[in-house]
Amino acid sequence: MKAVTWRGVNDIGVEDVPEPTILNGHDAIVEVGLSATCGSDLHLVGGYIPAMRAGDVLGHEFMGTIVETGPDVTRHQVGDRVVVVSFTSCGQCWYCRQGLFSLCDNGNPNPGITEALWGQAIGGCYGYSHAMGGWAGSHARYIRVPYADQGAFPVPEGVSDERALFASDAAPTGWTGADLAGVQPGDTVAVWGAGGVGQMAARAAMLMGAEQVVVVDRFENRLEQVRTHIGAETLDYEEVDVPAELRERTGGRGPDVCIEAVGMEAHSPGPAHVYDQVKQQLRLQTDRPTAVREAIYACRKGGSVFTLGVFGGVVDKFPLGAVMNKGLTLRGAQQHGHRYIPEILERMSRDEVRTEHLATHVMSLDDGAKGYRMFKEKEDGCVRAVFRP
Amino acid sequence: MAGTSHRGDVASRVVRVGSTLVQQVRSTLDPASAQPAGGHHAASGWLVVTVFCEPDRLDENAPPGPLVELGDRIEVRVRPAPADKGVELAARLRDRSARANAPRRLSGNDPQAEVRSALRRAKQLVEVGEVLAVDPAPHGERTPTPGGTLLEAWTRKAPEGGVL
Ligand SMILES: NC(=O)c1ccc[n+]([C@@H]2O[C@H](COP(=O)([O-])OP(=O)(O)OC[C@H]3O[C@@H](n4cnc5c(N)ncnc54)[C@H](O)[C@@H]3O)[C@@H](O)[C@H]2O)c1
Ligand SMILES: [Zn+2]
Ligand SMILES: [Zn+2]
Repeated sequence: MKAVTWRGVNDIGVEDVPEPTILNGHDAIVEVGLSATCGSDLHLVGGYIPAMRAGDVLGHEFMGTIVETGPDVTRHQVGDRVVVVSFTSCGQCWYCRQGLFSLCDNGNPNPGITEALWGQAIGGCYGYSHAMGGWAGSHARYIRVPYADQGAFPVPEGVSDERALFASDAAPTGWTGADLAGVQPGDTVAVWGAGGVGQMAARAAMLMGAEQVVVVDRFENRLEQVRTHIGAETLDYEEVDVPAELRERTGGRGPDVCIEAVGMEAHSPGPAHVYDQVKQQLRLQTDRPTAVREAIYACRKGGSVFTLGVFGGVVDKFPLGAVMNKGLTLRGAQQHGHRYIPEILERMSRDEVRTEHLATHVMSLDDGAKGYRMFKEKEDGCVRAVFRP
Repeated sequence: MAGTSHRGDVASRVVRVGSTLVQQVRSTLDPASAQPAGGHHAASGWLVVTVFCEPDRLDENAPPGPLVELGDRIEVRVRPAPADKGVELAARLRDRSARANAPRRLSGNDPQAEVRSALRRAKQLVEVGEVLAVDPAPHGERTPTPGGTLLEAWTRKAPEGGVL
């Protein structure tokens, strides 16, 4: 079958690869309907996450139809239209039972690599390097879904494929951030990054009762999407001083909750960017934490800062003094989608969550390289390139 | 003969790539030490996993299959975890005379690699009822690159490596 693969740093290929087969009783095979590019993929494409091999199939945000089930699958049948959460989690270990699905003890068959990096392994993720399990990704005709009873969710009638697709990764990631950051009714929430993840975090915060939600980015087309499709306010960080604007909007307090949805390749105007880039290239830091730093400075005393953006290793010039002295709560997580997807799908069917606008460019797998280039360079207003196998 | 020495060669390269990747991150953390943190072992030699199950589900005299396979080369200990977190299942080699350094342990090239892997499989069997398999996973052409070969070798050992 055809698949979009990682060939090397900034080298995306389209190759013929073998079809997946059922290997465990709880597996299902899904025929992919739609599969999206995600900001997380850019960290792989750019070589910031080292455990990729030439030939690895990319993609972790997808929906489709079940075409085969293993003998132990009880909740799904062939023909079901499903959206699949990007993390592989067993649903049975202590972490899964706490609702912390991306921390699953069993979902990563290669736990040695992340144990060595972080002291403990987390769950696995499709198409996300051998450190995260070595699972083949979804930019292909078929994908094997382990723990299918846990990870696949039936799409309600009336919710289009284009909408359901983002219940796989972008939306549940946003929900993870807003929920675990502790958004309360009446809060002011600031979100850094107006990609799919930041937009969904903003929407989640609004639905959780936030009074004022402000999204920060520099791409006008993305900020325009935030205003029209999400209904939140926006700030262009190249035009204004973000902490000052946020102070002004919050009576001098600063936002109650700050959600960072940018990640390790953050951009910043001014000399700090060059500093961070050089340090990253010299391997003196693995990640560029620009937006996290700003979020920490902007946050109100005693507030909450959440890193949804993906970081892999270590950062430099981290304002720990502000975290400590301002009494901040700093938290992060990969998404615990299993916990939020049923609610998200329900809200999608009530039009409370709309995501079609994120799929700015829909194309075939043959256009894999072009899709990633457009997404990375934000060509033609690309917010997410989506493949239809 | 040739086969054995080739295996030995790959194993030593795995140790190198494992330690290179880890050292890259760890030495950024603490440039003063190239020593990976967390790669050390408890003095007692016990390796432990917590299995989320009822306390009577595990019996140290009748441990899960993957540990039984190691026969009397290991001893097994079971005790309840606090706060309903399940059961702490521990195993250690009876003969602990051979000591491996941290990079070898992290990359699964140490005498305890089998114990580590058996504990992880035992936990999965009790919690999920199956041991998760990832290979064969569909992939495109593995263009031979030095990094790729080493990563493949490390990945092959990754189920047996780590800080457990
Ligand atoms: N935690 C999770 O489970 C999870 C899941 C999916 C994605 N992610 C991560 O979330 C992040 C965002 O994902 P995405 O798909 O929306 O990516 P994206 O690349 O589409 O969007 C990132 C946005 O951040 C903006 N940005 C860059 N620097 C900024 C700065 N200093 N201040 C404000 N905005 C800035 C960019 O202009 C861009 O619009 C990535 O790091 C991705 O890896 C995490
Ligand atoms: Zn993603
Ligand atoms: Zn689990």
